[in-house]
Amino acid sequence: MGSSALILLLIVGIAFSVGGILISKWFAKSSASKVKGEPYECGIPTTGTSWIQFNVGYYLFALIFLIFDVELVFMYPWAVAVKKIGMVGLVEIVIFMFILFMGLLYAWKKGALKWM
Amino acid sequence: MNLLLTISFSSVASGIHNWLVSTIPNELLAKSVEMVIAGICLLLFLVPLCFILGYMERKVAGFMQMRYGPNRVGPYGSLQIVADTVKLVMKEGLTPTGSDKFLFNLAPVIMVVTCMLVLAPIAFAKDFQIWDINIGVLYVSAISSLAVIGILMAGWSSYNKYSLLGAMRSGAQIVSYELSVGLSLISIVILTGSLKMSDIVMSQETGWWIIRGHIPVIISFVIFVIASTAEINRAPFDLAEAEQELTAGFHTEYAGMKFAMFLLAEYINLFIVSAIAATLFLGGWMPFHIGHWQEFNHIMDFVPSSLWFLGKTFFIIFIIMQFRWTFPRLRVDQLLTLEWKYLLPISMVNTILVTVMAIMGWHF
Repeated sequence: MGSSALILLLIVGIAFSVGGILISKWFAKSSASKVKGEPYECGIPTTGTSWIQFNVGYYLFALIFLIFDVELVFMYPWAVAVKKIGMVGLVEIVIFMFILFMGLLYAWKKGALKWM
Repeated sequence: MNLLLTISFSSVASGIHNWLVSTIPNELLAKSVEMVIAGICLLLFLVPLCFILGYMERKVAGFMQMRYGPNRVGPYGSLQIVADTVKLVMKEGLTPTGSDKFLFNLAPVIMVVTCMLVLAPIAFAKDFQIWDINIGVLYVSAISSLAVIGILMAGWSSYNKYSLLGAMRSGAQIVSYELSVGLSLISIVILTGSLKMSDIVMSQETGWWIIRGHIPVIISFVIFVIASTAEINRAPFDLAEAEQELTAGFHTEYAGMKFAMFLLAEYINLFIVSAIAATLFLGGWMPFHIGHWQEFNHIMDFVPSSLWFLGKTFFIIFIIMQFRWTFPRLRVDQLLTLEWKYLLPISMVNTILVTVMAIMGWHF
């Protein structure tokens, strides 16, 4: 179908989800009350704001992920060509991966992979 | 009988296309009519698929726990999921007062749209793909990683502590396991030398990669199944929606049809992940062939290609559903340890092994 398939899928996805939600709005009974709109928490009133601070660990993992994800993007063109390049391609990727692996070991040693 | 054997999805699709082009003179109009037909067919495929998966999930759960599962509505409880859908449609889609209303309503739409977009390069049957894009594998891993935006958006905008924690956990989990998924996809790309889905399927004409690729490909298949189970947030990696700790994680505040959209996206993602695994490792729509057994191979060719594809996909779906009732849920630190200290180094070494194998031509 070619690239117009992307537009089709986009339209189908939006139409289906928005349409479904709107149809249910038409069918469903709705009533408003003050308690109903409160955040769902075991029944006791919520203390403070719900947009709380979260663990810095998530941020650390996101940083390490970024390094390796860029590595992965570099590896796609290499993977397509490596059968034609042969041994040189293998040696280069071993060096490339070794450097990255050192990075992982450094992060490991520094305790970035430990959950606090 | 002869006529029946020659009918395939691709011939039906091209037949409709030719008929539309010949009857409708305006090119743009013909194209848009074709798009509408394709869109309706897509929905007619996806919605029953989600029903079947929802039914299958409960029946597999019943089977694993030695009970019947749903057996009241319809024959063998097969209409239970339809009844549930009707219930979800009739329910009120509540929006909490404190929430960010725009993002709250946008999140389910994003979830559905991203998993719809990933469907494009999947080869459902012989010559039957929505779009045979030449960077298929890269496209899949690029678009499927957008799902995390929908999850983070849902968790943040609901104005609920459980939702926020669930979304953060799921964000960390999805980005971590993406690396292992990517590396095991790359190992097949190395062997095939192409990112195109149809090329990858055609390269398995003489045998599926899981058979031809010796132990390294089996390792990357196992890593792919584990990591993609984590990526679609299914048990034992369902920390994002761990019922006992976080009520329902990032979709705690969602109700009615908006919640149904998350469920739909989860099932479509389950299908996509299994379809990708089936295409890359188990030969997609390629029939099962054994070397030079001409008669055996000929019998296998009689089974339609779409049935081969769906059979393999549902086999992997069944494995992933079994995980849920076989393994206990991991803690968040165990989850990240598993990825960063075990799966990632193993898959890096495995990629190099596959490369050596591909260059030396050691695979069959």
